[in-house]
Amino acid sequence: MADGSVVRLDKVEKWFGRTSALQGVDLTVQSGEFLVFLGRNGAGKSTLLRVVARLIKPNSGHVEVCGIDVLRYPEAGREKLGFVAHSSYLYRNLTAFENLQFFARLYGLSNAEDRINKALRWVGLEKSALRPIHGFSRGMQQRLSIARATLHDPEVLLLDEPFSGLDLEASELLEEWLESFVAIGKTVLMATHDLEQGLQGARRWVFVDQGKIAEELKGTDADIRDQYKRFLKEKRRDVF
Amino acid sequence: MTFFKQAGAIFWKDVLTEFRTKDALTSMLLFGLLVILMFHFAFEPDSLETERLGPGLLWMTFLFAGLLGMNRAFAGERENDGLQGLKLAPISWGAIYLGKMLANLCFMLLVEAVILFCFATFFNFNLLPRLGWMCGITLLGTLGFASIGTILAAISMNTRMSDVMLPILLLPIALPVVIGAVESTAAIFTDPPGEALGFWVKFLVAFNIIFITLPLMMFEYVLEE
Repeated sequence: MADGSVVRLDKVEKWFGRTSALQGVDLTVQSGEFLVFLGRNGAGKSTLLRVVARLIKPNSGHVEVCGIDVLRYPEAGREKLGFVAHSSYLYRNLTAFENLQFFARLYGLSNAEDRINKALRWVGLEKSALRPIHGFSRGMQQRLSIARATLHDPEVLLLDEPFSGLDLEASELLEEWLESFVAIGKTVLMATHDLEQGLQGARRWVFVDQGKIAEELKGTDADIRDQYKRFLKEKRRDVF
Repeated sequence: MTFFKQAGAIFWKDVLTEFRTKDALTSMLLFGLLVILMFHFAFEPDSLETERLGPGLLWMTFLFAGLLGMNRAFAGERENDGLQGLKLAPISWGAIYLGKMLANLCFMLLVEAVILFCFATFFNFNLLPRLGWMCGITLLGTLGFASIGTILAAISMNTRMSDVMLPILLLPIALPVVIGAVESTAAIFTDPPGEALGFWVKFLVAFNIIFITLPLMMFEYVLEE
């Protein structure tokens, strides 16, 4: 943390049975960065995010979030994190307000009602606050999911394929929120296989392959596109 | 204190969801009432037979109705991957267990209260002189069953055919609590209460202490991927 890093992974390895999901991953992410993990399905991007959130315990290595060793102090580490995935992690029979109220209680937030109302206004759901969310569209659920993930004002936001299933309008809104989140000095780590989504707002791109950070992509958007396509082509050649 | 507040939040969420959907409560209640009704027509028991068969019949009904509820305990968490959301919160995963276990206990006790009333009505059995003991034994037996059932429901949640897997795992492990509950109920069904009552109540208390403490300590490993 003294060097300004918010997320640090040292030689992280994870095995599922005999399958290696992460192979000695080293990564340092600075405060205020928007980093995107690019790669094919099954490359290890989601596993990487889940290790940072300590949903998965790595077999070896060291993981720090905001200077906290999340392997030793997972609860303290998770306090600093927000997580948005394809699934909303919400309860369909509770209203939008009740869902956020539940998470506010879990996080032990003070002034919960004010925070919830503010979060609902922020994601434009204040008029639907008292509706059970089973009537919400996918886009509305994802907006509420962002409110849930940021209710406790996390330092780092982890996103795992957050754009999947979203229509164009909802995707654009999500991009705007991510940019505003980074603008206030917060850190975003996003995993996606969709390069075009990954290019929006991000400042750093790494290519993940076979559980390793294969290369950091640099340059303009066009350069990133070229490098990414070249990587995918090489990997396809490796397979065949 | 924070731990209990977090468990309380999970309990509140489960109770609110259940009272809104009534999924588990309806199936548990209907099943329990049907079993009592069928036994009533099958045996037409007199008071002596009720004393002899009643405890076993009651606990079998509690047990199978409870199993239906246990199967639903983590069903709500499967929708939208809710369990991941709980695991991402800065809480001890033991609090998830405690909150869910208390919710299961609450649903089972509600259903058992109705089943007990129907049992007393259909079997023409006067429970009033034994009501205090009956409530205590029901609470102890159900607590033991819910404590094992909740952790096993979490284990079986991600297995294929989890609805079948849960009874296969749960029934053998819950056998001691069933024996203790049936024996202590049998002891209070006789007048005056049998001498074995004290032993079986102590047995249930000891069982509960062990089977609430162990899952609390082990739940982190159960949820670990």
